[in-house]
Amino acid sequence: MSQLVIHDLHISIGDKTIVKGFTLTIKQGEVHAIMGPNGTGKSTLAKAIAGHPDYTITSGEVLLDGGSVLAMEPDERARAGLFLAFQYPSEIPGVSIANFLRAAVQARMTEGEELDATGYYKRLYAKMDMLKIDRKFTSRSVNEGFSGGEKKRCEILQMAMLEPKIALMDETDSGLDIDALRIVADGVNAQRKSAAAPGIMLITHYQRLLDYIVPDFVHVMHDGRIVKSGDKSLALELEAKGYDWVKQEFAAANA
Amino acid sequence: MKPLTETEGMTTTADETAANPVVGIDQTKGDFQYKVDYAFDAGTGLTEDTVRYISSVKKEEPWLLDFRLKALKTFREKPMPTHWATKDLENIDFDKIRYYLSQGQKPKRTWDEVPDDIKKTFERLGIPEQERKFLAGVEAQFDSEAAYSNIKDIVAKQGVIFVNSTEGLREHPEIFRKFFSKVIPTGDNKFSALNSAVFSGGSFIYVPKGVKVAQPLQAYFRINAENFGQFERTLLIADEGAEIVYMEGCTAPKFSTSTLHSAVVELVALKGAKIQYITVQNWANNVFNLVTKRGVAHEDAEIKWIDCNIGSRLTMKYPGVVLKGERARGEVLSIALANDGQHQDTGAKMIHAANNTTSNIIAKSISVGQGRSTYRGVVHIPKHLKGCKNNTECDALLINTNSRTDTYPAISVRGDKNATQHEASVSKVSEDMIFYMQSRGLTEAQAMSLAVNGFINDLAREFPMEYSVELKRLIDLEMEGSVG
Repeated sequence: MSQLVIHDLHISIGDKTIVKGFTLTIKQGEVHAIMGPNGTGKSTLAKAIAGHPDYTITSGEVLLDGGSVLAMEPDERARAGLFLAFQYPSEIPGVSIANFLRAAVQARMTEGEELDATGYYKRLYAKMDMLKIDRKFTSRSVNEGFSGGEKKRCEILQMAMLEPKIALMDETDSGLDIDALRIVADGVNAQRKSAAAPGIMLITHYQRLLDYIVPDFVHVMHDGRIVKSGDKSLALELEAKGYDWVKQEFAAANA
Repeated sequence: MKPLTETEGMTTTADETAANPVVGIDQTKGDFQYKVDYAFDAGTGLTEDTVRYISSVKKEEPWLLDFRLKALKTFREKPMPTHWATKDLENIDFDKIRYYLSQGQKPKRTWDEVPDDIKKTFERLGIPEQERKFLAGVEAQFDSEAAYSNIKDIVAKQGVIFVNSTEGLREHPEIFRKFFSKVIPTGDNKFSALNSAVFSGGSFIYVPKGVKVAQPLQAYFRINAENFGQFERTLLIADEGAEIVYMEGCTAPKFSTSTLHSAVVELVALKGAKIQYITVQNWANNVFNLVTKRGVAHEDAEIKWIDCNIGSRLTMKYPGVVLKGERARGEVLSIALANDGQHQDTGAKMIHAANNTTSNIIAKSISVGQGRSTYRGVVHIPKHLKGCKNNTECDALLINTNSRTDTYPAISVRGDKNATQHEASVSKVSEDMIFYMQSRGLTEAQAMSLAVNGFINDLAREFPMEYSVELKRLIDLEMEGSVG
């Protein structure tokens, strides 16, 4: 079984340190919700682990199945089994979803191996049906002119097609109405049930998403690290008491 | 200047064991050279004797020698157009160029007759194979002359003429002279004058009234010799109601010194005729590529230029259409990719000269690294005309922050009964877009070429299949090389 080990991770942008000693292990099949107020370093964490060039990892380690990913290019990390579902997915004008995903699937094949086009489309259509995405979408340019909900569904579709070992989901619920949220959650839950269930780091502000994607663990992040961990009841407690409660506890502990 | 009996061998030889995926053209595949003995060599530098030499080996009539000598004079009188064009033009040393090199003036009709050293080159470029697969006829020019020229029987029987320019002059003087140098006069610009003085090779095509040629004709231009200038001259006439698709490809090996390619292409579409002229050029990046291309569209005729410029050190090329007859249509679809050290200065000209004529220009340029792309366009609709329409779109894509693009559209539309529409955009392949694609497992180079292919996707769809596949592959190769 695969696992992602994040150990004492420090991340900075320019001179500013954002993540200050983040430690967490995610095993395949588990869902870890990362909650916390704005500006606490949640998105930074996800992007840096995926290898975004703007972020510098100043110390700490990220191990996928025991091997460090930090020297790897973002595409090598992706092929090794990491997946980042973006909060703001980029538009790629002129490149259809079908061609984009096909290129991504092909990139994972060994040299000389040929993509079975029929099998690929069959799989693609099945996943699209599950996510209630119209088949006409395959010929549309990636994310171009998509609504917020369409973009997020397109992210989950890519995740379903690429079958990562570990998925980092960055505010997948933002910009979604309740119906879109339900569809996206169904898509994620279907993957949790599959034989190749990924380990998921689910970054969110709101407890609402966790009603639909029920986490195994909930971690509260503050000032660049985890300050409190628990099960799903922690999310409910947070909702009732607000983040100030965590902040105060944190301040008291450090006093 | 060499006496005709002497021959000269080239010293460079190619690594024949290099990978050889025989399809179409690409720069890495074009970068090879076989040893060739030239029977005819006009020597280095340009004088009246050079022009006389070329004319005499071609056994031309006196009027043509006169034409060439006058053109030489015009060429010398005209200044370099550096008041608007790049100063890089000043780096062309006309005294160091070889103006005519060939093994003979008569092209072979079968590949078996083509000398081995030249045949090997074209086989390696995949030309005979393409001919079998999807072409109605092929002309393969090696330095100054066509080594091979053939047209399928079925097309020849329809009366279609497809020969090189020397043969066209000799065997069809009545048609040739009627149209030659009428669309692009000698003095049009400095390089059309140069071409008029020393031209050799290129195609002469005549499609008779009402004949619709189902498969494309193709010409392939290969520069093999160092310090060489290739000056082909193409004249294509589609008679009333005729239809033809003509495609050209070009490559050269990489030399340390610069090479000059300066062609003139004239098209005439008579009443109701349709001409589609497709270029996929992929010159090595030491080639100065200075080409004049123009067509005249008569009543209800249509001329469409599809122009892909990849490679070369400097390309200056603005295919144009003179819309001479009512309801004539002109179109230029162009794609230019400027990589490090390259300048693609391209565009289009649409000259409306009759009522209810329409023109469409879609130009897309991609600048990679320090590559520079420039769009220059002319659209002219005079005041006395009515019902004329033009649409111009130029889109530029910048891949790195130090890439450069400039747009110089000159649109003069007079009168209130005409319409024009102009749109321009500049977009950038952002770091975030590349990261997004990389996070799906694509390498940086794959991500960039996907972005570029996406950018030109709507234009590439207009190409014949074989060429759009080839174009995609060329872009993949260019992007591969642009990522460190």
